Amino acid sequence: MGKKSIIPFGPQHPVLPEPIHLDLVVEDEVVLEATPQIGFIHRGLERLVQTKDYNQFIYVAERICGICAFGHSMGYAETIERLMGVEVPKRAEYLRVIWHELSRVHSHILWLGLAADAFGHEALFMHCWRLRERVLDLFEKTTGGRVIFSVVKVGGVQRDIDKSMLSEFLHVLDGIKDEYEQICKAFLDEPSVRNRTYGVGVIPHEEALSLSMVGPFARASAVNYDVRMLGNGAYGDLSDFRPILSDNCDCYARMEVRAAEVPQSIEIIRELASKIPDGDIAVPVKGSPAIGSEACNVLEQPRGECYYFAKGNGTKYLDRMRMRTPTSQNLAGMAVALKGCDVADVNMIVLTIDPCISCTER
Amino acid sequence: MGVFKLGKMTFGSLFKKPETVLYPVQTKEQPAGLKGHIELDAKACILCGMCDRSCATGCITVDKQARTWSIDRFQCVQCGYCITVCPKKCLSMDPNYAPASTVHASDVVEVPEQDKPVKAEKVQATEKPAEKPKAAEREPEPAKAAETAVEKTRDDVLEAKIALLDEEKAAKVRAALAAR
Repeated sequence: MGKKSIIPFGPQHPVLPEPIHLDLVVEDEVVLEATPQIGFIHRGLERLVQTKDYNQFIYVAERICGICAFGHSMGYAETIERLMGVEVPKRAEYLRVIWHELSRVHSHILWLGLAADAFGHEALFMHCWRLRERVLDLFEKTTGGRVIFSVVKVGGVQRDIDKSMLSEFLHVLDGIKDEYEQICKAFLDEPSVRNRTYGVGVIPHEEALSLSMVGPFARASAVNYDVRMLGNGAYGDLSDFRPILSDNCDCYARMEVRAAEVPQSIEIIRELASKIPDGDIAVPVKGSPAIGSEACNVLEQPRGECYYFAKGNGTKYLDRMRMRTPTSQNLAGMAVALKGCDVADVNMIVLTIDPCISCTER
Repeated sequence: MGVFKLGKMTFGSLFKKPETVLYPVQTKEQPAGLKGHIELDAKACILCGMCDRSCATGCITVDKQARTWSIDRFQCVQCGYCITVCPKKCLSMDPNYAPASTVHASDVVEVPEQDKPVKAEKVQATEKPAEKPKAAEREPEPAKAAETAVEKTRDDVLEAKIALLDEEKAAKVRAALAAR
């Protein structure tokens, strides 16, 4: 029996994309317990809702996180629309979902690249990010931004996508399909990747349910839950939607689920692009949320379910804006997954929850 | 064998043109709708201050007294909200990024007098000679008095316009006027 010792891991660590601190209690290179600690990048963005009006706050909301920027602006706008009883034009709903799914494609490809970097496959990382650039170019052409888009507004969207641009969307997405399949093959079939991920960081199905895990992290433990199933907005018009599940419950399963969600998102974009109705892209929104009015909303971000709550006070400034982000739900699961793993696997497990600490701390 | 899983793609990359460009010698073509920087059409601006009040970062300042519209490019996040609230639609998004700067200073745009008020002054100036017959009853030399009044208002307008110019330009204009 070795001696117990505590290894501080993070917040500054080469493998971590964002700052999180872990106290790893180890014995003979085996992690006995992991205590996560956050609080390094709290910016007080929720408090800003009292000094920025509900139209201005949309630009703050999308700056909560650089990768789920579109999702946050969309989730916030939908919450305010519910709060004020605004009905958004159908075309705007479709455009929002198309952009949101495109941001899921870029987020998952980014994550796959980071995962490749974590297990030391530099070439794979480069190829992933090269493909992601093409998705970012699509964003740049349609929204004018690469990371922060500022294209959603309360009552609709600010820019339209015409037919020729929609067909370019599909053309570009078809173009990356072949290369993406090769990349997936490298991730899922390569023995060196399998050795690093297979059977590592297992969270059984029952435990995933009891820890209220969300997103691809939970779906990799066969938790059949995806907010898109609820059919909010344009998701309701999809002919068929089934969450992608895996019952391996390990790091490999998480990679498998994310890898399969990219083609699924491309299919959603394809279907919505063929069904998109003509019409207005926004309705004018006047007035302020009523005193004491409350609204909540859920949205499937690339990392999982994100919950929004807003409370009005009769002025154009909100009384309260609360977001519960997927990473805050998944941190408990991560601590469980780390128990019993090797120290060398810690970085892989931390990465497979796709931690977004900026979202979590806001 | 891991190498061969990516072999096709890696080998193909050898014969493709590079994904990146040699910046700054080469630059990528910017799409038309890119959020580069905010531009003001000063002729159409009425200095209402809606952009100033609505800006989430507070980077725009409208000074009605000095007739200036200024923007701090370092603070601007190119959200475009000012463009949507502008009643005269005189703000627009230029697809080119604002050039880098080593000095933290605001870009100041001088907003010229609107056409409407200037026209009103001209009308006022032309109306005065029309009052000649009435004034003629009271004053012995009405034409001269009217002429001096018109000249006085013109001088005032000129002086106000010269005051908006920078010192060097203003000195040149004054010298040209004196020579005339």
